[in-house]
Amino acid sequence: MGKTFKKPEALSDAHTHYCPGCTHGVIHRLVAETIDELGIRGRTVGIAPVGCAVLAYNYFNCDFQEAAHGRAPAMATGIKRVRPDLMVFTYQGDGDLASIGMGEIIHAANRGEKFTTIFVNNAIYGMTGGQMAPTTMPNQRTSTSPFGRKVEEVGMPIKMAELLAALQTPAYISRQTVIKPKYINKAKKAIKQAFTYQLENKCFSLVEVVSTCPTNWGMTPVQAVEWTEKTLLAYYQPGDYKVPA
Amino acid sequence: MAKVLMKGNEAIGEAAIRAGCLNYFAYPITPQSEVAEYLVRRLPEVGGVFLQGESEVAVGYMIFGAAGAGVRVFTTSSSPGISLMSEAISYIAAAQCPAVFVNIMRGGPGLGGILPSQADYLQATKGIGHGDCRLLVMAPASVQEAVEMVMKAFPLAEKYRNPVMILGDGLIGQMMEPVEFPDQLKTEPSNKDAWATNGMDHRKSKTRNLVKSLFLDPVQLNDNNLALKAKYDRMRAEEVMSESYNTGGDYKGLIVSYGTMSRVCRTAIDMLKAEGIDVGMIRPQTVFPFPEQAVAEAAMKSSCTHVLSIEMSMGQMVEDVERSVKGRVPVSWYGKCGGDIPTPEEVIDVVKERIA
Repeated sequence: MGKTFKKPEALSDAHTHYCPGCTHGVIHRLVAETIDELGIRGRTVGIAPVGCAVLAYNYFNCDFQEAAHGRAPAMATGIKRVRPDLMVFTYQGDGDLASIGMGEIIHAANRGEKFTTIFVNNAIYGMTGGQMAPTTMPNQRTSTSPFGRKVEEVGMPIKMAELLAALQTPAYISRQTVIKPKYINKAKKAIKQAFTYQLENKCFSLVEVVSTCPTNWGMTPVQAVEWTEKTLLAYYQPGDYKVPA
Repeated sequence: MAKVLMKGNEAIGEAAIRAGCLNYFAYPITPQSEVAEYLVRRLPEVGGVFLQGESEVAVGYMIFGAAGAGVRVFTTSSSPGISLMSEAISYIAAAQCPAVFVNIMRGGPGLGGILPSQADYLQATKGIGHGDCRLLVMAPASVQEAVEMVMKAFPLAEKYRNPVMILGDGLIGQMMEPVEFPDQLKTEPSNKDAWATNGMDHRKSKTRNLVKSLFLDPVQLNDNNLALKAKYDRMRAEEVMSESYNTGGDYKGLIVSYGTMSRVCRTAIDMLKAEGIDVGMIRPQTVFPFPEQAVAEAAMKSSCTHVLSIEMSMGQMVEDVERSVKGRVPVSWYGKCGGDIPTPEEVIDVVKERIA
């Protein structure tokens, strides 16, 4: 009997630096499986963000560029425009994409750039130690909102999938999560769909993945899953927000 | 090809194409928007890529992405826009990718004005972005020289795997002069397989390439900075370019001036000569690396009593002139930086007051 489950070729042998209970590892794997299944590893270029996934290029096994904070969509635009034969994806967190990189993601999506974005939303800045993000929930405590996010001062958390789906040009905008096996299968399908649309030369595709950060949320991994399901998914509802006509 | 009459900005766009650069990303800003307006029509004729980005910040990273993917790529902007791109330039230098930036300078600081200036000298030559990064910077004094420098810039950027800047003042972009274009060059860096992220399948080695600037290990970061320093030292040894004028015989004073300002100084030197006053000039063509030796040697001539740095800025290049002369001859600055260029008569007055 042959192997039925193995590490994707698009993942390296490196041990990740991600915290226990963090879902980056699962999301990396889903992206890597997709790259393997579509047979595109030799012509794929990933763009690493600034944030927890800054070292993503150590964990994926394909060409990679590393962006400045928020600028991954501009770099992906540069690569894909000059080498349309390549498969290009950005892997960005919520501070990177929804705060400092808001301009770049909106314009890349609106131009219909033919790359794919994996947007990992865990409602907090992870790498810098748990500061408030544009996606932080009302009353959620972070190191820069120690008494909870005050909506009257900083507004409501931004729903990126809905925001981008309001644009006419993008091909595919979906929100998924990977906190339980039942969600992981759906997320895998969405990620593969997004890459497939890129293969078919359709305009911009993005999958937002609602993720956990037990370390900076001050929770155990199990509590983090429960809080995600109860609080985050109620606000950031999974589903396809835009599909090609 | 025969000579054609072209506006500087359009000639710069055409020169890039003739250099084999078929990829251009830009954001509009006066006084260089004609480059984009020229290339949006011209690039499709040669199968090239034109994209107007949403900001100079984004354009800087479009250049970074495309350069990292191993193609010839360039952008043009003007002073405030270059400030916004300087973040990306630091990343591109750190990641050792080749790219060409053209700065058609306008007055500053802040929004400043839209008329010609040379006020970005220090920004361009002293490490434009954060960290220990340098650009190779060439400063043209005519439309023809702008064309030649743009065409040289791509092979130089690839030789050093470092950004190269063409530092022109607004007049270089806006005036029309006859130009001739050298032969067409190649479109991709020949050394790209060693570093470009153009897909593993496209390389013999089938191993992956990374384009990155993060070195968390202090030894690795220091090593990367030493590698960059070695390149900047090599530029100082191999790429210095300058031109001398009226330095054959004895001269009482020496002018150091570049770009459009140097042409005004040349006229002033001719007029002074007719009055019997000899003044020599060194015109830096590269401002990083700076022609220290040429300036020092010309200043050390026994007849020379004073060195004048004449710039369309409030005294920026004068620091490099002082550094070159090392206090052996008095050095002073003259300049204007509002947009109106000093006239030959003004230069003559300054020379007479300080030198003659």
